Order: sequence, then C-alpha cells, then structure tokens
Amino acid sequence: MDGWNQSPRTYAMIAVLAFLALLPGYVLWSGQIFYLDLANRLMILSIAAVGLNLILGHGGMISFGHAAYLGIGAYCVGIPAYYGIYNGFIQIALSVGCSALFALVTGLICLRTKGVYFIMITMAFSQMVFFAFVSIEEYGGDDGLVIDVRSEFAGLLDIQDPNSLYYFIFVSLLGSLYLVHRIMRSRFGLVIEGARGNERRMQAIGFDTYRYRLVCYVIAGAICGYAGALLGNFTNFIAPEMMDWTASGELIFMVVLGGTGTLLGPVLGAAAFVLLEEWLSAITIYWQLIFGTLLIVVVLFWHGGITGFIDRLGAARWR
Amino acid sequence: MDPTLFISQLLNGLQLGVLLFLLASGLTLIFGIMDFVNLAHGSLYMVGAYICATVTLLTDSFLLGVLLALPATALVGLVVEFLVVRRLYQRAHLDHVLATFGLILCFDTTVQLVWGPEGMAIPLPAVLDGQVEILPGIIFPTFRLMIISCGLLVALALYIVVSQTRAGMLIRAGASNRAMISALGIDIQTLFTAVFAAGAAMAGLAGMLIAPITEASIGMGNEIIIVAFVVIIIGGIGSIKGAFVAALLVGLIDTMGRAFLDTLLKLIMSAQNAETAAPALSAMLVYILMAAVLAFRPEGLFPPKGR
Repeated sequence: MDGWNQSPRTYAMIAVLAFLALLPGYVLWSGQIFYLDLANRLMILSIAAVGLNLILGHGGMISFGHAAYLGIGAYCVGIPAYYGIYNGFIQIALSVGCSALFALVTGLICLRTKGVYFIMITMAFSQMVFFAFVSIEEYGGDDGLVIDVRSEFAGLLDIQDPNSLYYFIFVSLLGSLYLVHRIMRSRFGLVIEGARGNERRMQAIGFDTYRYRLVCYVIAGAICGYAGALLGNFTNFIAPEMMDWTASGELIFMVVLGGTGTLLGPVLGAAAFVLLEEWLSAITIYWQLIFGTLLIVVVLFWHGGITGFIDRLGAARWR
Repeated sequence: MDPTLFISQLLNGLQLGVLLFLLASGLTLIFGIMDFVNLAHGSLYMVGAYICATVTLLTDSFLLGVLLALPATALVGLVVEFLVVRRLYQRAHLDHVLATFGLILCFDTTVQLVWGPEGMAIPLPAVLDGQVEILPGIIFPTFRLMIISCGLLVALALYIVVSQTRAGMLIRAGASNRAMISALGIDIQTLFTAVFAAGAAMAGLAGMLIAPITEASIGMGNEIIIVAFVVIIIGGIGSIKGAFVAALLVGLIDTMGRAFLDTLLKLIMSAQNAETAAPALSAMLVYILMAAVLAFRPEGLFPPKGR
C-alpha cells in the first residue's frame, strides 16, 4: 500500500480531511447551507468510490455495476421505513448484509469470467436490479420512494440535525478509508494486488485467487451498500434511477479521475466530479457535452489522475 | 392460452430478436477484431433514428430516409473511429469503457442541441402502416413484419459476406488471430475502420426500424445496448453465429416472459402473488438466462476458435 509514506499525498490527504472536518464551522458562520449538502453528497459518493476502488484499482476487477449497491443500500433504508421500521442499526445491517449477499451471489458467477466479460456481466446484473425495482409497484416503481423519517439510532445520535448527519457521514468516510487502508496493508491485500499483477503466478505459489477476489468483491459491495444507506438518509428519496448503469459509469469515472489504486484517489475524484458537475450544470444545460469531452480527454491524455498529478507536483518540488 | 395471442407475441419476440442482432453483430465484430469495447454503440442506434426521422420528414419518404441515413450513420461511425476509438486500441479495457461512456454523454447532449429535448416521430408510408392477416384469424402489423424480414435479410447478407467473401475471411482471421494476419501483410487498421463503419450502419438501421414504433428519443440506445451486451455474452464475444442465436433467444424469452409469465406463475402460486412477482421476474429473465449460461460456459455458447 502506498500513500502514507509519500509526503505530497499525505499532505493532500490531511488537507482534504481537515477541510471537510472544518466545513460545518464555515457554513455556520456564513449561513450557506448549500455547501453542507454538496459536501454530504461528495462524501457519500467518496465512500462508494473507495469501495469500488478496492476492487477496480487494487484488485483490477472492473465492475461496471457498482451503482446497484448504492441502490440496494438505499432501498434497505427505504423499504423498512415504508413499513415503519426506523431503527438505523437494523437498516444499516440490512443494507450492508443485502449488498454483501448480492455481491456474493453475483460474484460467484462474475468472477468466473475475465476481462471484458466481467465488465459486461457486472453491468448486466446491476441492470437486472434496476429493472427489478422499476417493476415493483409496491415500492414506487419508476417514481421512487420517499423516506419520510431518517434512520433513528436509539437516542445515541440524531441525524435529523444537519450537523450530526454531516459528521456521521464524515466519520463513515474516515472509517471506510481506514478499513481499505488496513485491508491493503494486510496479507489479504497483498494477495489481491498480486493477483492483479499476475494471477497465474499467485495461483502457482498456492493462492486460491478466486476466493480472495470473491471476498474482496463482497467487501467492496458491502462498503458501497453502506454508502447507499447514507445516500437514502441524505436525500430522503430513493429511485431506481440512482442505480442506472450510467451511475455506475460515473462511479468509475470518479475512481479513475482521482487515480486508481490509491487511498486518497477516490475521494479526490469524487470531489472533482461533484464540484465539476455542480459548476458546469450552473453554466449551461448542455454541460454533459463538456463533461463527456473532458472524460474522453482525461482517459486519452491524463494518466494517473489527480493523485498522479499531485505526485508529479511533489516530485518537482522535492527534487 | 390463446393461440392468436401466442403467435403474435412470438412474432414480437422475433422482432426484438432481429433488432438485437443488428446491434449485437456490429458490437461482436468490433470486439472480435480489435478487442475494443464500445459502449457508445447504442448512440449510433439513436443517431440513425434521428437522421432517418429528419430525412423522412423533409422528403416525405421513409425509404429515402433509411437509404440516406444508412451512409450518414456509417459516416458518423467513421468520424468517431478516427477521432477517438483509434487512439484507444492499445489501451486497457477500462479506458475503452470510460472513453466510450464519455462519447455517450457527448452524443446524447449533441442530439439534444441539434434536435431538441423532444422525441421525433417517424410517419410511415401507407403501404406499411396497415395490418395483414398472416394466418386465418391472426392479424399482425405490416411494419413489424417488415422489421423481421429486414433483420433476417441483413443477417443472411452478413452471413454470406463473412463466410463467402475475402473481406469476411479477413474478418474471421482477424477475430481469431490479429497478430498473425497483420504479419501476413493485411492492413488490419483499414479492415477495422470498415467494420466499425458497417457496425455503425447496422446499429443505425436498428434505430431507424424501431423509431416509427417508439419514436426517436434521447438516450434510446442506452437501455437496449445493455441487452445487446447480454446477447453477445451469451453468444460468445466475437461470434456472429452466437450473436444471431442469442439475439433470437433473448428476444423471444424477454417478450414471452413479459406476456405469459403471470399466467405460468398462476399455475404454481396464488393469483395475487403471481401478479406481484411476474413483472419483476420477467424483467430479470434475460439476466437470469445469462447467469445460467455463464455458470456452465463462461465463454458463451459459441466462443470463436483459436483464442
């Protein structure tokens, strides 16, 4: 695992996290609640991107269906709430559990395939979930479901309060970063990275890479499901649209934009994505044209994403 | 089960099948030869439909619309290949997927810029706008019959080109060993550019054929392209035969599932449960089929030889 030892990245990490930690103070002072919402969305997508980066960046498994887990996580908050169960512990356990289960079942099949098959199959499975929720009329179908009460944590935490919700999400982001950091530092993480580099060699020295990858895939799904539970709570509204395959494409873009296989990359990528989207869509309704062109240009000419850029800046400075 | 309904649903399934084949065959050839994943293939489907709609409205002739829109869509394909795709061959699949995802955003927004956010309906000529009695007591829209025959004709033509001509031989050789045929002095770049343009035209044709029924709309390709991916996964990526078999299979299963699954489920569960479960289950049916095929054959039904 890289990231901690190299100074520029560590500084960037501290700067980003410190900024996020102090933002509510600024919002309180300036009264611009809008920034808090923006940062909430940014952090939730960061958590999802951190999960995706675990398999995509570190594991080399290009999942094009990760938005499905956001949806599953969110519906695991919405559906219990629809039946009057507002207990956040139950909801989050359901979100994480169901996403992990879905990842396990689809992972068993997806991971038998390689390369482009894997991309398309993960995409197809997420589309399956999308259509399943579109056709379930009971939970709103196409129109989605309104969550009228946010998760309740037995009086320990009240996320109806915007600042509590913000710090709840912030701590969750820290937790997911720490989890991925620890995973990638462990023996398990080394096997995952090794299998990305040369799967046959890892098998030859006695690792059942399929099993390791499956566990990694399930963990990534569970992290994303957790992000989905946060997203449901934050937006108070869930719709199948949030797990459309284009949403999965956006998640991949965040990871690549930030820099794959780095700890901080997904956070920087998600931040850049959310801010760009916000900024461009305020300028023109045709912002997606600029966004799409930017995406192509980044893929063609900008290797290593933002993290790579920071490294190069740092290398120039330290030399 | 009502036999009349059964036969017309069978034909509807066939219609979806041939449309899927038009999309999937281009996709599978492009992947087979250049190992290139093109998510934006569905955008060409949309572009074909819009160009055809415009020409049809201007000239009042659907036939002219199709005849002009076909080369126009191929041209759009050529430009895309030249500007973006060509730079990506040597890259990883992740780059293909992301860049073509960017292309989709560009295409969708450009169409919105040029044609506006509303969809475009294509008026049909009177000859095609009616219904015919195909069997005693069974009437079916003429235009849908034309879609089926048109799709089958293209499939036949493609089969002849791929299996009988020199170009087809090169395509097959390219799909099984790219390095070898380059070493033998074949300009694989030109071959691929041609295949990309032909694939674009076929995707465009599918869009033109469906637009008179559903009308041309922004993002119309983004849903069907996933099903086309399912088709080429089931069929085996790179195989035309696989794409054909899988397209018809997926078209029929999807249509029949949506039409009759609730009736079938009512045999084994209460009517109320069946009516709740059937829509969700039938929407998932093709994906379940894909999972089942892959569980037994991870490379699809007809994986191309020599890879």
